[in-house]
Amino acid sequence: MMDWAYLFEISLTGLASGGLYALAALAFVMVYKATRVVNIAIGEILMVGAYLFFTFSASLALPLWLAIPAAVLCCGLLGAVIERTIIRPLLGEPPISVFMVTVGLASVLVGLVEMIWTADQRRLPDFMPTQPIMIGEAFLAPKIFWGAVIAVVFIAAVLLVLRFWRGGVALRATASDQAAAYSMGINVPRVFSLAWVVSAMIAAVSGIIVGSIGGISSSMGVFGLSVLVVVIVGGLDSVLGALLGGLFIGLIEALAGAYLGGEYKLLSTFIMLVIVLMIRPYGLFGTREIERL
Amino acid sequence: MRIGTLKQSYVADAALFDSRTQKVWLAVAGALLLLFPFMASDYWLYLACLVSINVASATGLNILTGYTGLVSLGQAAFMGLGAYTVAILETRLGTPFLLNLLAGGIVAMLGGLVVGIPSLRVKGLYLAIATIAASFIAHFLFANLAFTDGTTGISMPPAKFFGVPLDTSFRLYWVIVPITLLLLLGAANLFRTRIGRAFIAIRDRDISAEVLGIPLLRYKLLSFGLSSFYAGVAGGLWAYFFRVVTPESFPLLMSIFFLAAIIVGGMGSILGGILGAAFMTMVPELLKLVVDLLPGGSELTVFLSPVRTIVFGLLIIGFLVFEPLGLAEVWRRIRRFFHLWPFRN
Repeated sequence: MMDWAYLFEISLTGLASGGLYALAALAFVMVYKATRVVNIAIGEILMVGAYLFFTFSASLALPLWLAIPAAVLCCGLLGAVIERTIIRPLLGEPPISVFMVTVGLASVLVGLVEMIWTADQRRLPDFMPTQPIMIGEAFLAPKIFWGAVIAVVFIAAVLLVLRFWRGGVALRATASDQAAAYSMGINVPRVFSLAWVVSAMIAAVSGIIVGSIGGISSSMGVFGLSVLVVVIVGGLDSVLGALLGGLFIGLIEALAGAYLGGEYKLLSTFIMLVIVLMIRPYGLFGTREIERL
Repeated sequence: MRIGTLKQSYVADAALFDSRTQKVWLAVAGALLLLFPFMASDYWLYLACLVSINVASATGLNILTGYTGLVSLGQAAFMGLGAYTVAILETRLGTPFLLNLLAGGIVAMLGGLVVGIPSLRVKGLYLAIATIAASFIAHFLFANLAFTDGTTGISMPPAKFFGVPLDTSFRLYWVIVPITLLLLLGAANLFRTRIGRAFIAIRDRDISAEVLGIPLLRYKLLSFGLSSFYAGVAGGLWAYFFRVVTPESFPLLMSIFFLAAIIVGGMGSILGGILGAAFMTMVPELLKLVVDLLPGGSELTVFLSPVRTIVFGLLIIGFLVFEPLGLAEVWRRIRRFFHLWPFRN
């Protein structure tokens, strides 16, 4: 006997946490589209953002309206530093080298976090309303609901900025044709930096939300693995793919977790990944690369 | 001293050991390997065995990633397949040691062939992430299948080799090191054959290779299979060395470790695999030594694990940015210096 109300509730929770995946996936796609770098350290950058917020709000006791922007800005700075010191020198190297550099970066960030804040699990201060949310008959955990709301608002804001702001236009121009963007007077290296900064800032926001839902620890980077699956399923270079992929993977994970058990969560997402790769090698919405000799 | 090399035939050019100097040095190295267990302490023997196992696995990954250009983050999963096969055969059936290792290699090879199937359709990063999927699925299977004893894993008795229990590092050394040497010799010879050259052609440009008449799917699968065979044998040795196999023994981090080892050592070079695996295995031990030497070392041990993680990452980044050809290139440069001395460069 199928319990439809339960299924509905699970699906809602899944879609809501999918919103968080979508936000982190957006950070990933931003860097990939502009610079063709697969940033496997996305989960770790997100973790650093959450820890910075933890420091500003809990240790330094800054008010929230100051702590959140401060954490996001610091994370943006980190993005700029990463781009200048380790990504820029590898410009023009094979994509695999750059990919491996981000693997190294992930390791460095985890080590730094463990060194500065120790590996213990921490709690972020609560800043979201704790009133339970009822949608029809279905109950939704307030943190997940408000997390999803913030994520959706933020995604919309980022998309609007990309659409109308000069820097956003430059970013999209660079993404679609680097050489043409260069010849139209766009400072492409600066756009690369910009992409990393914006991506790290988005990652920080999603880190703060994810951290306030589930607590923060030095193994938070695992979240990045699910994000990686999301963007591969959606297509590495597609913003739409990142958003829909996020919702899709969130849903699959929630259903697998509820009906099969917690240990099936990652398994089901990865099986989904393999299936999608077999059917559409460039993801559901990714651009098909045409190779010539 | 060797001043230059003159080769007058293709056979001489493709020879495995090409000059007398090289043969002499190899003989010296062989003698050192023979003498080492009698001179070294237990700790160093333990390290030597570990390095040797890692060299075997890294060489396997080098065949796949360094020579064929297919990036894999699943090497640890294949080692796990080999280790579990060996552990199950040893504890349930009690088949002989060498047979178990062979079986471990073959089972891992079959796993590699399955994981390799998508390699024709997806490549580069998509493939790397598909192999991450493989390692998660493997981990899940190890933890949940009926005959793998779940999360507790399998403990096994020491291996028996003609009635002698291999229960000390000293005894294991005489098995592990020769097997690794055999695998290395096999890999070095592979790239003198048609198959090895096909691998290199695929790495350099797979579409060109196909145009030249190399069946891509067959050779990519073969590369996956061979590489996993190496991983499986290494995993089997690993199982005999640590004598307990759990699902947590082969995490994704271990796959990253092997990829890092061949980057640091030098992709597409047998020597690189050896140097890289040895170097990456020794670095944590070196760090431990340094921490012990520092004043107030006992308080600093808290930082040992994070520092290790940071150094691990910095090594990957540093080598990719400053020395993309790895330690093998450094070694080549040193050799060149001595060849040309007293002239410059």
